Amino acid sequence: MAMNPMEQFAIKPIVPLHIGGYDVSFTNQSLLMVLVALAASLFLTLAMSKRSLVPSRTQSMAEMSYEFVANMMQSSTGEDGLRFFPFVFTIFVFVLFSNFFGMIPGSFTVTSQIAVTFSLASLVILTVIVTGFVKHGFGFLKLFVPKAPWYLLILLVPIEVISFLTRPISLSVRLFANMLAGHTMLAVFGGFVVLLGGAGGVLSLLSIAPMALIVAIMLLELLVAFLQAYVFAILTCIYLNEALHLHDSH
Amino acid sequence: MEVAAAKMIGAGLACIALVGAGIGIGNVFGSYLSGALRNPGAAASQTTNLLLGFALCEATGLFGLVIALIILFT
Repeated sequence: MAMNPMEQFAIKPIVPLHIGGYDVSFTNQSLLMVLVALAASLFLTLAMSKRSLVPSRTQSMAEMSYEFVANMMQSSTGEDGLRFFPFVFTIFVFVLFSNFFGMIPGSFTVTSQIAVTFSLASLVILTVIVTGFVKHGFGFLKLFVPKAPWYLLILLVPIEVISFLTRPISLSVRLFANMLAGHTMLAVFGGFVVLLGGAGGVLSLLSIAPMALIVAIMLLELLVAFLQAYVFAILTCIYLNEALHLHDSH
Repeated sequence: MEVAAAKMIGAGLACIALVGAGIGIGNVFGSYLSGALRNPGAAASQTTNLLLGFALCEATGLFGLVIALIILFT
């Protein structure tokens, strides 16, 4: 029985749709994205609908996620960075819910598609560039000139420019590759269980070992799912901080 | 050599990136632990930096994976 661990990332159209030569079908990818957006907004609205002073369990979950992102922004971008709170919170919640929805067996991971993560990352970088130019005008270009003697600047300025330009790539590939690697690993170990279990005799009993390993890896993947959403959000904050304050810290 | 075989070898070679990622992640957590044991009071405030360092290190290994995938599937 040959199983392809990459099969789970295939995009299948649910409602085929072609407009003007472009394929705009409603796929399993779009379905999961709609589900993620619905689940996130439903959770946050329903959890906060009571607004009691002593929060219930769901309400404190919503409040905790709010405070978590708010504290993170406070410490990394300072007071005036809080204007971008809705932006960062939306990105954090979207990535977190997509990662967790992907952990449900049989579902589809939205963030394992480079198209999704790269769009998110370019949105972040565009916001950073626009914010920088609005706040500092052409002084924003000073971001690429660190305080150093002129003969070092010849070397440092190109490095700074390149590191700025690779940010959207590294930001998107980090999330995409983590999700892809994790889910591929789970599928490969799942294949072990099926192969061993189907072998019969003592080998079938041995299939318990990779099964137990999958449970452990699943826990690790849950940690990674949260961690990557967190890292995506905090890197967004760090980039915004640079655009807001250039080289001086807040 | 056949192109298919060369692709397989190349994808395997791309996994050498994991050496660096392993060293990096070990270094991040090792340094954090030794720092945290010297000054436990400051440990809690540095978890953000710890996780950030971990994620940045891990990503370099995963770039190797992406290169392996590009080699295999293009």
